[in-house]
Amino acid sequence: MTRDEIRATVLRLLGNIAPEADLTKLKPDVSIRDELDIDSMDFLNFVIALHDTLHVDIPETEYPKIATLNDCVAYLEGRLQVG
Amino acid sequence: MADFVMPILGADMTAGTLVEWHKQPGDRVKRGDIIAEVETEKGLIEVEIFVDGVVERLLVKPGTQVPVGTVLAQIREEGAPPTAEMELVSVHPGAAGPTLPPAGVTVQPPVLPPIQVEGRRLRISPAARKLAAELGIDPASVRGTGPDAAVTREDIERAAAQRAARPAAPAAPAAAVDRWTRLRQTIAAAMTRSKREIPHYYLSTTIDMQRTMTWVNAVNAQRPVTERLIHGVLFIKAVALALRELPELNAWCVDGRVVQKTAIHVGVAIALRQGGLVAPALHDADRQSVDELMRNFRDLVQRARAGSLRSSELSDPTITVTSIGEQGVDSVFAIIYPPQAAIVGFGKIVERPWSVDGQIMSRPVVMATLSGDHRVTDGHRGALFLSAVDRLLQEPARL
Repeated sequence: MTRDEIRATVLRLLGNIAPEADLTKLKPDVSIRDELDIDSMDFLNFVIALHDTLHVDIPETEYPKIATLNDCVAYLEGRLQVG
Repeated sequence: MADFVMPILGADMTAGTLVEWHKQPGDRVKRGDIIAEVETEKGLIEVEIFVDGVVERLLVKPGTQVPVGTVLAQIREEGAPPTAEMELVSVHPGAAGPTLPPAGVTVQPPVLPPIQVEGRRLRISPAARKLAAELGIDPASVRGTGPDAAVTREDIERAAAQRAARPAAPAAPAAAVDRWTRLRQTIAAAMTRSKREIPHYYLSTTIDMQRTMTWVNAVNAQRPVTERLIHGVLFIKAVALALRELPELNAWCVDGRVVQKTAIHVGVAIALRQGGLVAPALHDADRQSVDELMRNFRDLVQRARAGSLRSSELSDPTITVTSIGEQGVDSVFAIIYPPQAAIVGFGKIVERPWSVDGQIMSRPVVMATLSGDHRVTDGHRGALFLSAVDRLLQEPARL
């Protein structure tokens, strides 16, 4: 999976969590939770959606590594290459 | 014969639109079955039936908006003989039934006889009579839903809302009314009523969350992502168990009368993505394990956001928990959602200097607050309640 494909997947899943958000305006280096006003339940659902879609189980201790869009894409890229 | 009426799905609801019938005349129903879908400002609600029997007549056609309390269907209870009308009434899409109002229009509820019976005095509480005078409503024209058909404040408010909703000229379809405006109006009505009627008292305490956070982190480290917990679930469980110790906070205050509730149904405030909020119930929260609560909480949030809650979830809460700390605030002193008698708030979990055994150290702490109805409880009992919540959160494995 290419970086662009991962990014598109992440944005699609975030769109399911926050359907009212204009994701074209999502700042890639700002906290996703702050940008989209999502709470811990939303974030858990996002992580579950990543697991269901990309088969990557992200430990809770590594949540800080997926805090922003850029970080999230880079983290998933690394995990998918390793996996 | 039992009437199935447009339910009041929260203190702020005055009307709903029947979207779809899930049952037809002749269908057998049992308590808890979904019989219809209703649309309110808070989304689509699956409405449950609370009697066992057979659907006798459907009285309102899909697409029709009616005030709360309007009879939507009649249910022949178990053992009662069928009536000759049963097969005459059908509301399959497109069917024309003589008893059905046209779809897509707002109708007033059936003209029901006022409660005043010949030779009997009108039964109405002083509070309801005063409100009727303030709003210019003739109490004798209002059908009472209280004990012995007494007219309650809620009946007067409903009558006033119906009068206000009555269009002076043919109105635009209900859907054309700005949904956001209606949602704000309904929330405003409930909160204004709460602030007007309920003498709130407010308490707060700061709770050391070290043990709870450590326990949740340890549990989650052992689990796949689909089975992880969020600490908000521990708040809900602690509140539910604390209510067992202080049951007087698990109550409704209806028309000035305190109704103690035995079952503990914790309403959880859920912000809707499009704005506004709902606070549906996690039923029997004290009897659910933390894992069960987590599954049901997650399901509830998803259905609330998707607009597919059930009527009992909106009408049953006996207390509400709001965890607004995730938006970054230290504390919330919430407004009680009538007819409930209390609401518990949790702020943001933050690292603060904290004294443990004489040593100052950094600990995660959260401010828990209680807004209580002073007609129902006093601050002393409220303080004991918050202390119980604190104590319970110090032993998360036992929740």
